[in-house]
Amino acid sequence: MGLHMNWILFLILFPLLPAVLLLFFRSVSIQKWIVLVASALVCAGSIGLAVTCTQAKGQYFPITSDIFNKLIVAGDIVLALVFLYVCRRLPLKRYWIPLLAIVQYAAVVWFDLSGRVPETTHYIFVDNLSVIMALVIGIVGSIIAVYTIGYMEHYHKKHPEIPDRRGKFIATTFLFFFAMYGIIFSNTITWIYFFWEITTLCSFIMIGYSRTKEAVHNSFRALWMLLVGGLAFAAAILYASSICGSVDLRQLLAMDKSVVMLPILLMSFAGINKAAQFPFAKWLLGAMVAPTPSSALLHSSTMVKAGVYIVLRCAPVLHDTAAGAMVALVGGLSFVAASALAVSQRDAKLVLAYSTIGNLGMIILCAGIGSHLTLWAAVLLIIFHALAKALMFLCVGTVEQMTGSRDIEKMHGLITRMPLLTIIMLVGIAGMFLAPFGMLISKWAVIEALATRNPAFPVIVIFGGSLMLFFWMKWMGKLIAVTGPQPRQDEGIGIEWFALTGLAVLTTLAVPLYPFVGIHMIEPLYGFSPMLNWNVIWIVGIMLGLILILPLGFFIHWKNLVHVEPYLCGANVTDTHQFMGSLGSARDWSFRNCYIDKYFSEEKLFRGALVGSIVLLILMFSMEKL
Amino acid sequence: MSAIYTTICYVLLAPLVGGLITGLDRIVTARMQSRYGPPVLQPFYDVFKLFGKANLTVNRFHSYYLVCFLVFIVMSGSLFFAGEDLLIVIFALIVADSFLVLAAYSTNSPYSCVGAQRELLQMLSAEPMMLLSAVGLYMVTGSFNVSEIASYGKPLILYLPGVFVGLVYILTIKLRKSPFDLSTSHHAHQELVKGITTEFAGPSLALIEIEHWYEMILLLGMVYLFFAFNPVVGVVAILFVYFIEVVVDNTNARVKWELMLKSAWLITIILGVGNLFVLYFVLHL
Repeated sequence: MGLHMNWILFLILFPLLPAVLLLFFRSVSIQKWIVLVASALVCAGSIGLAVTCTQAKGQYFPITSDIFNKLIVAGDIVLALVFLYVCRRLPLKRYWIPLLAIVQYAAVVWFDLSGRVPETTHYIFVDNLSVIMALVIGIVGSIIAVYTIGYMEHYHKKHPEIPDRRGKFIATTFLFFFAMYGIIFSNTITWIYFFWEITTLCSFIMIGYSRTKEAVHNSFRALWMLLVGGLAFAAAILYASSICGSVDLRQLLAMDKSVVMLPILLMSFAGINKAAQFPFAKWLLGAMVAPTPSSALLHSSTMVKAGVYIVLRCAPVLHDTAAGAMVALVGGLSFVAASALAVSQRDAKLVLAYSTIGNLGMIILCAGIGSHLTLWAAVLLIIFHALAKALMFLCVGTVEQMTGSRDIEKMHGLITRMPLLTIIMLVGIAGMFLAPFGMLISKWAVIEALATRNPAFPVIVIFGGSLMLFFWMKWMGKLIAVTGPQPRQDEGIGIEWFALTGLAVLTTLAVPLYPFVGIHMIEPLYGFSPMLNWNVIWIVGIMLGLILILPLGFFIHWKNLVHVEPYLCGANVTDTHQFMGSLGSARDWSFRNCYIDKYFSEEKLFRGALVGSIVLLILMFSMEKL
Repeated sequence: MSAIYTTICYVLLAPLVGGLITGLDRIVTARMQSRYGPPVLQPFYDVFKLFGKANLTVNRFHSYYLVCFLVFIVMSGSLFFAGEDLLIVIFALIVADSFLVLAAYSTNSPYSCVGAQRELLQMLSAEPMMLLSAVGLYMVTGSFNVSEIASYGKPLILYLPGVFVGLVYILTIKLRKSPFDLSTSHHAHQELVKGITTEFAGPSLALIEIEHWYEMILLLGMVYLFFAFNPVVGVVAILFVYFIEVVVDNTNARVKWELMLKSAWLITIILGVGNLFVLYFVLHL
């Protein structure tokens, strides 16, 4: 037991060391080594914890000394001051942004200092869900950190006008790890709140990194939106300590639903907010102005995953309640709306952002329903989504650096220009929606779990899933068009290859590994799932084998092929991008994907999704007593 | 053990039965148009002839996508006839379709790409109803497994009439019959040429034809599930449904994609989802 405690303390506290070191060492090569060593250690630490410590029921680590608690209060005060400091240059009419911070911190710190927060000794807790989260953060997060080194090198070469503060940027990455490990291992909600707000601060710093007008604007939007979630969390602390008499999360979850519903709903609200569900989707969409590694981090292993994690924790109370169904519907609405909105997007990062909102919506939907089978599916979704989404962001980031554009139309025929990167990207896209890759296994599990319940839920997943198939497929099609010989564009990618191939391999490996994770980690937590049937595992295995072996045939040179030019309905001109028009002159042809703006544009759908989700949230709080 | 036999039967016989149905289809169609029509075996003659032709291709990867396409269609059908999970059958079918779409995209030919996009729209229109049928069958029988659904014993059509009608509606999309032959059709059309199959010739085109037979048998198998309580009724139902498809094919002009998408989703929501809600409340009251 002492050993586990050491792993956990190491994981929480160690990332602070590289974060501080990176601020002091300005030399790029030293920074590189710090990141490499620290990432390896974080990754090893997470795996070490997973190997030595699988806890189905969960295990507390009592801390009798009060010093940690005092440190957290002091940390809260420092954080409040930092929030006020970053708001110092805001115009006066945006006074409510610092006010949001002042109100919540004043209340929480006052409660804490005046002894109104009940005593507890159960500060640290670990169970299989925390271990799985730790693995996701440790492995995906550290791969992204390694990628960051190479990316920032290029980034500052391309953008000499942006001040080079890459040390700070990577330090923020490690601060993020610190906060994330804090959230998943803390058991008292006062502690979770402290780490929760650090993730808000980290995303603020990352989004505003380039200090352009747009970046600053978006970073403040993210700040205030996330502070609203923080406010809800603070309210949960106040309510839990004064009415429920405990800030111990496990104790709260074990209490009678009628007593504890409100703080749980407030925390779920904070989770929905952090997971960028509607109506808060805007902050995540704005976050794409930041350098790509931060998007990868926010979207895959950290930040939004903290949001779904907390809702997943609240699931036992939400299960079989009307308010829980509303939480599920907020997730469902976000899933369908975001998937529909993604259809009309040309910007690759926006497509990814909307698909993140959609996939997290599916996780929130599962958590809101809270039956064992849906929780099962939710955990699978967390794992697979983190891998494939991180991979996609890193691919898009690299393409943007090499070609100067992240417009999907400009990725036409990318396979002829950057073959290896495109193949990795295809793995990522396939990982997002195609059988037998992870997200599809999860979708399968979701539909199976939901089919026993009210048909509204499977219908949501089915329609959202079809839209998702549509926008991923048309992107995939653009990539693989063979346009004839083109100059190669993938020179100059260095350490990024490690991250890209690593994540591609993991995205694929996660498929055969899912039964092991299922048996050793999820089954003890949530019981048996039909996804562990041997039939299912066999089918997934066969399909995976086919989808890995079949593409090898692309490398075979078939002998009996007769090469011709594409048919252009008339005499072709020697250039295949031209055809002979009816008036006898050569005319260009070009081809674009359809984006169906008529039905799926932001103007048509965004407002409706906002209104719908706000109504659902109001219903959620009004159904608290049902 | 019987699962293995049915699977082998499917792999070996589906192209034969599918080809025969296509042959009958052509005769019936011809009679409706007051023509005499080709012999029943004409589809097979066509395929053999296509295999004898040169394999024209615009790039060396392009026809290989069809191999993947065929493998996954056969996989999907095999899973169905082995009595496995209906959801994974549909997912495998989607993978197969995806390979066809990718094949068309890879040509970088405008007509193929228009066909590919329309095929995607067809998938978008049809997929919800397919998955919804699986959920509907589950709600009645308590299992997603085809074998258990087929041996349920009660006439499922009585519980799921709305779902069935919805499925028959999107069957026209999946079989690429008029009015929903948007991505490709049997006859060349002005704005589309041959759509998604424009750049395929010779053996590749023959593969597409064979794949179509496999897919048809799988889809008709799904229709059969609703009548599985009595095999005779089931076969009659299949023939009747297919006849309806032929009639619709011959009496309707091709529609625009918007009408296809809207009508398919509307029918899915009104008939499919409506049916499920009624069923849910009846079962839980």
